[in-house]
Amino acid sequence: MNLDRLLPNLGEWLRGIGPESDVVISTRIRLARNLAETHFSNRASLDQKAATEARSCEAIAAAELPYKLEYADVTKLTPIDRQFLVERQLISRELATVLDGPRGVAFNETESVSVMVNEEDHLRLQVMRSGLALEEAWAEIDRLDDALEHRLAYAFHDQFGYLTACPTNVGTGMRASVMLHLPALSLTKEIEKLFRSLQKINLVVRGLYGEGSRASGDLYQISNQVTLGKSETRVMQEIREVITQILLYERRARQLLLKERRQAEQDRVARAIGTLGSATMITSEETMELLSTVRLGIQLRLIDEIPPTTVNQLFIHTQAAHLQKLMGTPLDGEERNAARAKYLRNRLRELGAQQR
Amino acid sequence: MNNCQFCGEPATVHLTDIVNKKKREMHLCEACARQQNLIPSAPSPQLNLPALLQLLMNQFPSPSDGSETDELDPSVLTCPTCGLKYAQFRADGRLGCPEDYEVFYPVIVPILERVHRGLQHKGKVPSSVRNRRKLDEVSDLKTQLNDAITAEDYEEAARLRDRIRSKETAE
Repeated sequence: MNLDRLLPNLGEWLRGIGPESDVVISTRIRLARNLAETHFSNRASLDQKAATEARSCEAIAAAELPYKLEYADVTKLTPIDRQFLVERQLISRELATVLDGPRGVAFNETESVSVMVNEEDHLRLQVMRSGLALEEAWAEIDRLDDALEHRLAYAFHDQFGYLTACPTNVGTGMRASVMLHLPALSLTKEIEKLFRSLQKINLVVRGLYGEGSRASGDLYQISNQVTLGKSETRVMQEIREVITQILLYERRARQLLLKERRQAEQDRVARAIGTLGSATMITSEETMELLSTVRLGIQLRLIDEIPPTTVNQLFIHTQAAHLQKLMGTPLDGEERNAARAKYLRNRLRELGAQQR
Repeated sequence: MNNCQFCGEPATVHLTDIVNKKKREMHLCEACARQQNLIPSAPSPQLNLPALLQLLMNQFPSPSDGSETDELDPSVLTCPTCGLKYAQFRADGRLGCPEDYEVFYPVIVPILERVHRGLQHKGKVPSSVRNRRKLDEVSDLKTQLNDAITAEDYEEAARLRDRIRSKETAE
């Protein structure tokens, strides 16, 4: 499959619209499913994995759905293409690089629906929505799950529900995650307190790529930990209640910033744009940090020359694999930092020209 | 403020679990949490759940140690279908096939109690299972209906007949 055609698109999770999109980037639900009467992926032979892949692809192709799912065989993709799919949140790092044997991912044109095959579980269904949209995402994934179950016998247990390779996923097999942009709560250091309270109610917080306490670009994902003993509806209800609170806190912190240090924020945003538009070497980390400041500047209406969707585009295009595909050549770390800076300079210059 | 139970430094990672209504806590500093592989080295998307499970299992080897005499020794468990041994499951926290949930039932239940808040699935059921359950229910009712007729309990029989009808027509 030629993935280059995806390059100009933002993908569902970065469309930048949808409910509460001033704070909520995207909603994601995944379901872990396994076929009955065959070994889980980690103990499956290559022949068994090939059989699982064949059965799954057949079911995916025949499923009655309002969109078409196209299958990409991950083993046939270059390392850059695999990383590209990771950056677009269509596959996991594990499926890209850690696992071996027959495996892949089917996804639709808008990248809102995907099915990983032979990940930790035979099937990992995923539905993405921009903004806060748990109900819509659930309705979509429920329909996809029904369509696949119509043709595949799932491993299901009367007591334990959907059986998964790791006991942490058994039951509903559902992980619902909401990705939030929380720059004001990060600035005011209230975020640590918030996260401690979330852990008490069994919700998990992690960064976009999970490093340390301060997530890259102030992006945080909040998701459920419990999959057994609570229904999907109840879990989503609990997440929704928490998100409602966080939205309130983040918006209040943003208003406080405007009230108490408007000039300083204006300056920080202007400097961020300045650095993005003039650096000759820049890491992905620094880019994400600066784009977070610009995003906040847009939401606080401190600037109006950059549309929010452009921030999302700069965000995804400056990730390592995207950058290398845009440049059309593999680049090492240093070269990437130079290419990233050049890309950002050009894009911001174009924007400036359009303004005048 | 708690100190790390491995090295005594101030703890920043806190694990709490509740087994049989008894609360147990573990406190670790970040360095020791890393050493125990609880926090994977960057960039990896989440807490290392298999390592977490392993640590909890090692810490509390048996949920009812010594109190029951017929306690089975989990180390002898091996799945006849996929060949998974208990030690392998303990090492990476992954099961090998659906059958393992029955084979390792006694050791899985305490883990599920710690990780989740329940032991009974509540939520979606595949339509094939729903249909099977409905058929089972109807065949149960039919057996009861025959019994009621044999016992000449016609009032009960009429009630059962109505329930069977309503189940069979409710599609």
